[in-house]
Amino acid sequence: MPTLDSRTPAGPLAEKWTKRKTDLKLVNPANKRKYTIIVVGTGLAGASAASSFGELGYNVLNFCFQDTPRRAHSIAAQGGINAAKSYQNDGDSVWRLFYDTIKGGDFRAREANVYRLAEVSNNIIDQATAQGVPFAREYGGTLANRSFGGALVSRTFYARGQTGQQLLIGAYQSLMRQVELGKVKMFPRTEMLDLIVIDGRARGIVTRDLVTGKVESFLADAVVLATGGYGNLYYLSTNAKGSNVTAAWRAHRKGAFFANPCYTQIHPTCIPRAGEYQSKLTLMSESLRNDGRIWVPKKSGDGRTPDQIPEGERDYYLERKYPTYGNLAPRDIASRAAKQACDAGLGVGPGGLGVYLDFSDSIKRLGAKAIGERYGNLFDMYNRITGENPFAVPMRIYPAVHYTMGGLWVDYDLMSNLPGLFVLGEANFSDHGANRLGASALMQGLADGYFVIPYTIGDYLARGGLAKADNGHADVKAAEAAVNSREKKLLGINGKHTVDWFHKKLGEIMWENVGMARTKESLEKAIQEIPALRDQFWRDVKVPGVEGEFNQELEKAGRVADFLELGELLSRDALDRNESCGGHFRSEFQTEDGEAKRNDAEYAYAAAWEWTGENKPWTLNKEPLVFENIQLQTRSYK
Amino acid sequence: MRLTLEIWRQKGADDAGRFVRYDHDDVSEHMSFLEMLDVLNQKLIGKGEEPVSFDSDCREGICGMCGFVVNGYPHGPQPLTTVCQLHMRHFHDGDVLRLEPFRAKAFPIIRDLAIDRSALDRVIMAGGYTSINAGGPRDANSILVGKKESDLSMDAAACIGCGACVAACPNASASLFTGGKISHLGLLPQGEPERKTRALSMVERHNAEGFGGCTVIGACAEACPKGLKLDFIARMNKDYLAGTLTFREEASGGGSG
Repeated sequence: MPTLDSRTPAGPLAEKWTKRKTDLKLVNPANKRKYTIIVVGTGLAGASAASSFGELGYNVLNFCFQDTPRRAHSIAAQGGINAAKSYQNDGDSVWRLFYDTIKGGDFRAREANVYRLAEVSNNIIDQATAQGVPFAREYGGTLANRSFGGALVSRTFYARGQTGQQLLIGAYQSLMRQVELGKVKMFPRTEMLDLIVIDGRARGIVTRDLVTGKVESFLADAVVLATGGYGNLYYLSTNAKGSNVTAAWRAHRKGAFFANPCYTQIHPTCIPRAGEYQSKLTLMSESLRNDGRIWVPKKSGDGRTPDQIPEGERDYYLERKYPTYGNLAPRDIASRAAKQACDAGLGVGPGGLGVYLDFSDSIKRLGAKAIGERYGNLFDMYNRITGENPFAVPMRIYPAVHYTMGGLWVDYDLMSNLPGLFVLGEANFSDHGANRLGASALMQGLADGYFVIPYTIGDYLARGGLAKADNGHADVKAAEAAVNSREKKLLGINGKHTVDWFHKKLGEIMWENVGMARTKESLEKAIQEIPALRDQFWRDVKVPGVEGEFNQELEKAGRVADFLELGELLSRDALDRNESCGGHFRSEFQTEDGEAKRNDAEYAYAAAWEWTGENKPWTLNKEPLVFENIQLQTRSYK
Repeated sequence: MRLTLEIWRQKGADDAGRFVRYDHDDVSEHMSFLEMLDVLNQKLIGKGEEPVSFDSDCREGICGMCGFVVNGYPHGPQPLTTVCQLHMRHFHDGDVLRLEPFRAKAFPIIRDLAIDRSALDRVIMAGGYTSINAGGPRDANSILVGKKESDLSMDAAACIGCGACVAACPNASASLFTGGKISHLGLLPQGEPERKTRALSMVERHNAEGFGGCTVIGACAEACPKGLKLDFIARMNKDYLAGTLTFREEASGGGSG
């Protein structure tokens, strides 16, 4: 079985990144304008990378499928961003942030990457503040912090419940500055549909202009994917409707390894589903767990309203099971605990698929005004969606697919196994292991974009060796032709069922069999059912309209076609990993009290899957995870 | 419940466009407005008709991608609510709802309810930022910002760039959008060095993009799903005026060594 080399620098953990930066080759400032870099995506990772490249002097081509870069889904992150500033004097440090993150990931992340993430976390706060990001402040004018799951210190910076929005707007504004200066050329409403590989290196992309339908190729010296996660594979998730795996999946089919797809995060605090027509699920920020207490009735089938259930007949199950972390237990643990409660018939609300998140104690202690200041916009959002007022009745919440830790495999420099293809943010697999802690996604996206890739991409470019290529190259023509023929095929099937019908079916298979708890049987079932659904899709999907126009059904069709392939790989990866860790919970592998049971002797590796062709089995490549600085232990939040 | 929808259908920029009536009898009060349209579209596709094009992405009211006019109200009649967060429980059985795109010279129609709002990006390009590069800022707590100013700046920064203010304004002005950005940055010490030049160049770009002038009608603030206030337009006018009064050409030759 092939083994992958992460190219992590040798030496003490705390000096690795400094060492790497010292060893990296540099591009002469005057030569930077001779290089062109493609960046796909304009979320925190993509926008920060594109603007940083522009600031350095590179020519940048930046693509997004939304109508403007400011709408990328990073915008929906609510709660906050972690950093090891230790402004609260509560014992935080780079080491502690590193340790919490790697432990939170259930010891399935690469040590050196996580340490670097913690190391540059402080720069991000400085950078965002300088951009004018209006972080919450204390009366004295300093920055405020709050706590998040999986940590015993207050290290989370926030801007009301709109931290992602404000950080993204900061990055977007820097990006717009570079667009005005002519260093970045922006292509909104443009979707990447294939990767162009020439002589074994990533050299460009094939895109579709979503307004005119025009298929076009763009070439560059390097390609950076910052295209987010694949949570929409499950149809219902907290992701934006447009979030998709297509860019990453097309790169995978061109040779980039897809790592740890089975590490999916189910977020514990989402608004439960209301009906068949439901198009997405809405997250209620984890920060609510600072002041909200989670409970279910002790009696199964208790029909009383929450205010009629006396204190003694409530089970605050997180506080009971995890007295140290209580309601701030990590997401995977809190989600599974909610599922267990509902499976035992203790769930509340329609269908018994919900648990209470109750603020009444905090309102009594701090007053409604203080709670309103902290969470007002989240309470409003809950009220708008459900018609219920959380000041008066407890919220009802249920877990939902939220974030995907897996993604394209990258080395320490964030380059995939395909030279010239770099992958940032949620789209890569690197920093969160098997479970991501709250307030760490924003941190990773911006760390990658502002403080890692601007260094490492220069090294790749400075090493040279790139042959000249133009749009007439045979590999470019072939990639374009493949995109065109796939569109024609999708439009020509004219079957019975809509794209959404297939997407919902796929989502049901995934949620039932590859959701919060997986078994050998359920995974084998999914591996049977998904290819069958995929075959049916290519025989029986109905995509209206034509290709040379604004055609939203055609956009969705291409994305769902790719999800139908990823779903199978994810299930295979989950079946192959005979252990439970973080977001991957195999019911066969649990401790006596129902916690995830890892198998470090056999599975302390990243599984990087290699595409070998249509309808052929994937090849597994392994990157052994070497822990030189910490001891692997059973995660305990008790 | 049953609804009658009158939806603006327009194939593209060259098509004249028209309202088309649809009877929709499959609506639940718990649906969001866009879910109601999703269900309609599934039916239309099944019947071999073209689905209605409309933009949306996060469906949580934060990305700003959705937005059209419902019975004359941008994002519909509920205050402080984007159309993706508008739920059908606010409507009644038998209602007739007229849906049309945000209309403005600066927002060309792409198809049906989907429009091109890139003019708003170009207004930001004209100075809606602090001119700093990644890499060298000082410790965040070395810049103190009073809680009041910071909170007010956050109020202005809450803008989601949806364009409802433009659609609501009889002059199709984007002053609330522009004033929001000028206020967000101008209220913070980080934005102070460029406060006046920013106001000058952003207002000039706003006008060049074909947005109208502000006559303080206030329809924008009524329509804004994020509650931006007219005060931000006053702040924009103040900074713009200060900018025109103190404008100086950049000194030449300074600083180069």
